[in-house]
Amino acid sequence: MEEWSASFDMLKNGAILIYILKGTLFTIIISTIAVLIGIVFGSVLALVRNYCHSPQYRIFRYAAIAYIEIFRNTPLLLWIFICVVFCPVPEIFAHRMFGLTTVETTLLFKASIALILFTSSVIAEIVRGGLNSVPAGQFEAAASQGFNVVQTMVYIVLPQAYRNVVPTLLSQVITTIKDSSYLANVATIELMSRVRQILSTANLYNGTGNINVSDVFVLYGCAAAIYFIINFALSLVVRHMQARRKAAASAYRTAAKAVGDAKA
Amino acid sequence: METLISLDAWTKVWTFKSTFLLGFLTTLETALFAVMLSLCLGLLFGLMSTSGRKLPAAIARVYVEFIQNTPLLLQICFLYYAMSFSGHSISILASGIISIGVYHGAYMSEVIRAGIQSIPRGQFEAAKSQGFNYVGTMYYIILPQSIKIILPPMVNQVVNLIKNTSCLYIIGGSDLISITYSFVTGANTGGAHGPAYLVSGILFFIICFPLSMLASTWENNLKKRERLTVDKAKAQTVEAQEDL
Repeated sequence: MEEWSASFDMLKNGAILIYILKGTLFTIIISTIAVLIGIVFGSVLALVRNYCHSPQYRIFRYAAIAYIEIFRNTPLLLWIFICVVFCPVPEIFAHRMFGLTTVETTLLFKASIALILFTSSVIAEIVRGGLNSVPAGQFEAAASQGFNVVQTMVYIVLPQAYRNVVPTLLSQVITTIKDSSYLANVATIELMSRVRQILSTANLYNGTGNINVSDVFVLYGCAAAIYFIINFALSLVVRHMQARRKAAASAYRTAAKAVGDAKA
Repeated sequence: METLISLDAWTKVWTFKSTFLLGFLTTLETALFAVMLSLCLGLLFGLMSTSGRKLPAAIARVYVEFIQNTPLLLQICFLYYAMSFSGHSISILASGIISIGVYHGAYMSEVIRAGIQSIPRGQFEAAKSQGFNYVGTMYYIILPQSIKIILPPMVNQVVNLIKNTSCLYIIGGSDLISITYSFVTGANTGGAHGPAYLVSGILFFIICFPLSMLASTWENNLKKRERLTVDKAKAQTVEAQEDL
């Protein structure tokens, strides 16, 4: 029982708590950035893959297909390792900031690039699903109103496609938050790696002189609780949105049927 | 990048080809057992959540929510360290298989639940009126109909599972990614980054790409068939109305 109270005392240590909470913040920031850049890059990939059919641009289409399929069918950890070796780091990121050392910021930058590249390929497929759900009549209507290709995409197709995939994109945020834990393999910045680091030095903090099984339970339990709260809240939002959409669709059907019956 | 065209680096990889093969086999072995475990858990919890009874459905819900909302890496570390610090240490491979199987079991159970729930209620009632018991209803009537809805997302989950075997690295496993990493950082073999990563990427790709292609082809065919059925039904109603 002493071991358990010693392990819980670790969480009362302000420095450790702040260390963990900062890690949580980094996890959230990295995932948000990855998803935001992923949406931009992924949309470009999806548009190119779906609509670059003319012969002179076909090469771009093949490049987009190759990119998406290669990143979707290889593990994230491989890309993290590759980026850690090969990714160049611009000057502005290669110094101390956010209370991290230079080594940590460069690692953070490289690993985040890997996460962004990986996430874009997944988001590209999600956006493509949204694009495919836009009826062909919308393109024809836009063409008949004199919209050119870019205008059609920006004003007509993309807004509808994004609206259709908002819930899927939000669940992708959950996946990205979970995937960002893979960064723990190389960098000592986000939640998962910080918890691992505290565990490996727990004997210095818990007062009993060695690492007990209760430390594992307390530290990983704490991390699991943090991840669970963030992700479960997001998934509740997703479910709420889907339920509202379903209700709206069925209300629309009922109304349409009522109109039809009234006409008959 | 220049190591990609260096003959020296490629010879290094070629000399240690059996190491890569060993890592590849470990990955496949982990994936195979984890798939079997996740299928069993997925079927069990999928049936529990569609059973219509409160307690089993609640248990399945808690399992799925808890597993899906925490990272796999955390689960594998938790299992491995909890076991080893409490003195019942299990092998790295076993803890990998168990945690990956349990993690993807939650996803499988959601896939199976969605498949079963897509079958109209009338099918269950019709089966009951014909005197089928629960097992008979599921085995002869519900599962054969839902299998075509279940299979594409299930194959996608298998692809994800194969990719996720890379999480063994964090506890010091010997799967393909970990072996590649220790190969490029090793004292005798270090430096051959380009070729080593390329080889392990290709090995993953040749397993995952056919599977994900299969899944998307199935899904597209399913959608096409659905559209055909809807069109046919529409045409029939139109015809029926014209006859009137």
